[in-house]
Amino acid sequence: MKRDSFDLVICGVGGQGIILASNVLCHAAFLESFDVKKSEVHGMAQRGGSVITHVRIGKKVHSPLIEQGNSDIVLAFEKLEALRYIRYLKKNGTVIVNDREIPPMSVLTGAAQYPANIKGKLKRHGMIYFVDAEKIALELGDRRTVNIILLGVLSCFLGFKKKSWKTAISKNVKKKFVDLNVAAFNKGTSLLRNIYSIKKEK
Amino acid sequence: MKSLLSGNEAVARGAWEAGCTVATAYPGTPSTEILENIIKYPGIYTEWAVNEKVALEVAAGACFSGARALVAMKHVGLNVAADPMFTMGYSGVTGGFVIISADDPGLWSSQNEQDNRHYGRHAKIPILEPSDSNEAKLFTKLGFEISEKFDTPVLLRLTTRICHSTCPVELGKREKPKRKAYVKDIKKRLFLPAHGRLRHVVIEARLKKLTAFSETLSYNTIEWGKKTIGIITSGISYQYAKEAFPNASFLKLSLTHPIPEKLIRRFARRVKKIIVVEEGDPILETEIRAMGIKVTGKAKIPVCGELTQKIVRESFVRKTSARIKPYKVPARPPVLCPGCPHRGVYHIINKLKLTVIGDIGCYTLGALPPLNAMDTCICMGASVTNAHGLEKALGKDFSKKLVAVIGDSTFFHSGITGLANAVYNRGNLNLLILDNYTTAMTGHQPHPGTGKLARGEQGKRIPPEEVVKGCGVEFLKIVDPNDLKATEHAIKQALEFDGVAVLIFRRPCALLLKPNPAYVVAPDLCKGCRLCLRIGCPAINLQFPEDREKPLAVIDPTLCFGCGLCAQVCTCHAILAPTKIKKDKQ
Ligand SMILES: Cc1ncc(C[n+]2csc(CCOP(=O)(O)OP(=O)(O)O)c2C)c(N)n1
Repeated sequence: MKRDSFDLVICGVGGQGIILASNVLCHAAFLESFDVKKSEVHGMAQRGGSVITHVRIGKKVHSPLIEQGNSDIVLAFEKLEALRYIRYLKKNGTVIVNDREIPPMSVLTGAAQYPANIKGKLKRHGMIYFVDAEKIALELGDRRTVNIILLGVLSCFLGFKKKSWKTAISKNVKKKFVDLNVAAFNKGTSLLRNIYSIKKEK
Repeated sequence: MKSLLSGNEAVARGAWEAGCTVATAYPGTPSTEILENIIKYPGIYTEWAVNEKVALEVAAGACFSGARALVAMKHVGLNVAADPMFTMGYSGVTGGFVIISADDPGLWSSQNEQDNRHYGRHAKIPILEPSDSNEAKLFTKLGFEISEKFDTPVLLRLTTRICHSTCPVELGKREKPKRKAYVKDIKKRLFLPAHGRLRHVVIEARLKKLTAFSETLSYNTIEWGKKTIGIITSGISYQYAKEAFPNASFLKLSLTHPIPEKLIRRFARRVKKIIVVEEGDPILETEIRAMGIKVTGKAKIPVCGELTQKIVRESFVRKTSARIKPYKVPARPPVLCPGCPHRGVYHIINKLKLTVIGDIGCYTLGALPPLNAMDTCICMGASVTNAHGLEKALGKDFSKKLVAVIGDSTFFHSGITGLANAVYNRGNLNLLILDNYTTAMTGHQPHPGTGKLARGEQGKRIPPEEVVKGCGVEFLKIVDPNDLKATEHAIKQALEFDGVAVLIFRRPCALLLKPNPAYVVAPDLCKGCRLCLRIGCPAINLQFPEDREKPLAVIDPTLCFGCGLCAQVCTCHAILAPTKIKKDKQ
């Protein structure tokens, strides 16, 4: 798929490594000679709050924010957050969801319930890909690679050159973690076929 | 060459390219990364000051010397630094002086939404407003130039969506500006009334010169489109308006104070209808209207909250309904991290049902359920003083149920003066200083209590207890907040004490340490009583297994920090330290 603009929402829980993932994504897009704008939340929300990062890629980008109903892709690091931000998705858009539940405090204390049947709800709105990135990260030996694994999955929808991703990763992670993260990224890219077939079976 | 930079990174780059040699700041979202990035460049002295007033004055001193100096802060920081800023406005500069205010429309991480464009007008200094990272870099450099050319500090006004948005930026080289020498000049720097009177005349004339400059500045530009709508805008609002009305004509203002009146009139004559698109207060709108030009603005565009292209567009054309209706899902406000040393204190405060006069930092999160352990939070340092005032109004007995809570960085920022005031005025303040050895909320900047300097070198450490003693406090204890018994005992003692009592709860921020092995719940011992949930730890969840009558507490081993607080509150002794389990198994 070769296109000239993408709007991507990346959402999840503060502390999940979303900022690094979006940095790598922007860098890769930049290396592909796109104009890029990214807007993210720092500060308070990073303490385990709900976070959303907007990434806009195109010939010329003005606003750093994506309008609700306009995002080509929603990449969610957590299921409930996928449901919260699905409103950003455009018609026939793509949703990639890390198959992980992190209950917010109100759920932990019993004041609220974690939403049921998130998969079913999300499916109504676009193509949904669930990835158990935690499990794969543990297999790779480091839980912190979850973000880059998910980025690997995402990369399958963008058509950037492999080299751009690799350079972007090496520019954004510490030297001693580059190999690990490239491996995580490659693992992510190889997943899509499997996820796809799981979807078809259903 | 281009590089991807956030607005804050771009400002840092701009400062370096401009040959700035002194930069100071006190952290505060969304401004923090400016100094954090300046630190990465050589040849600039950088300093985390104890507060914004101090930061601005240090930078001002450097400016006296002829150096190019910069000071950065969040919007509310400029309230703290306003006093020196106003008179520096009168004084003018020797080396270029750029003051950065990072405003936070939408209150992503702030206690209010004040629009600091008012400050530039109030202090009669020019304001530059970049609309993306590229301009953030350019305008930082331009700021130094304008500052030196017109003998004035320059306010570079950013907003969250400028600071924390990233885009490609063209990089340049470092300049070596000509540096004036320090010369004693009391008429310019020693503000006796007689000198101030003279300078006031000078700065009024300076504003006129700046207006003329604003008329011809290339960054105040007209982009002609259809003449039916003319949009006057600045900063991030330009980007939103550009998407909302791609075909309209634009007057994009970059130097937004003083406004270029002739340019505005020329633009106004050529378009049919004028819309002023600005985030926050109707500032440009009011000034343009005062010129006798008919404009639409805040009658349609909201004053509250941040703008988006959608909000700008739908202020004028019919609203489209949402494609996907938002799902009702539980909110996810930020929480105290697992292992946070603040948690123990709040648990005890909550248990003792105290009135808590709070302050700002990570520890403000103790206000949220289930801890619910805070009554007020106004501004940095206000815990100490508000509590003192409350006690003075309600009487000494009330202080038996009253504590003030402040963080270590906040204590150094503006808690010390309040403490001296309470001691001096014979207060019965009970002050809890939550000393986690860092400024956690804004991403772990050092402060005097840590003794580390901005670039990581060792400075001189000032232990908070020494300051407390120096203020004449007679009851002082240092307590480990993870020891709940000791915490409760100390708080009760402080409440009983006649006079000002200070407790320092000392334990490093969990994010600075490696976690201990996770605690585990023994299912056969857990009675599902929910006591452990009261400490509000994100790692503890309640499950409802089918084979159990009662729910079961479960600790997520990937989140647990191993602080052991939950084990102390569990009356069933069902929460076990990992070492304990191994022993039991043997
Ligand atoms: C005048 C002002 N400056 C800066 C800030 C941003 N800010 C909020 S709290 C805080 C410091 C918190 O540090 P500390 O008191 O040590 O508490 P911690 O977050 O470590 O618990 C800062 C810098 C602010 N709200 N107001």
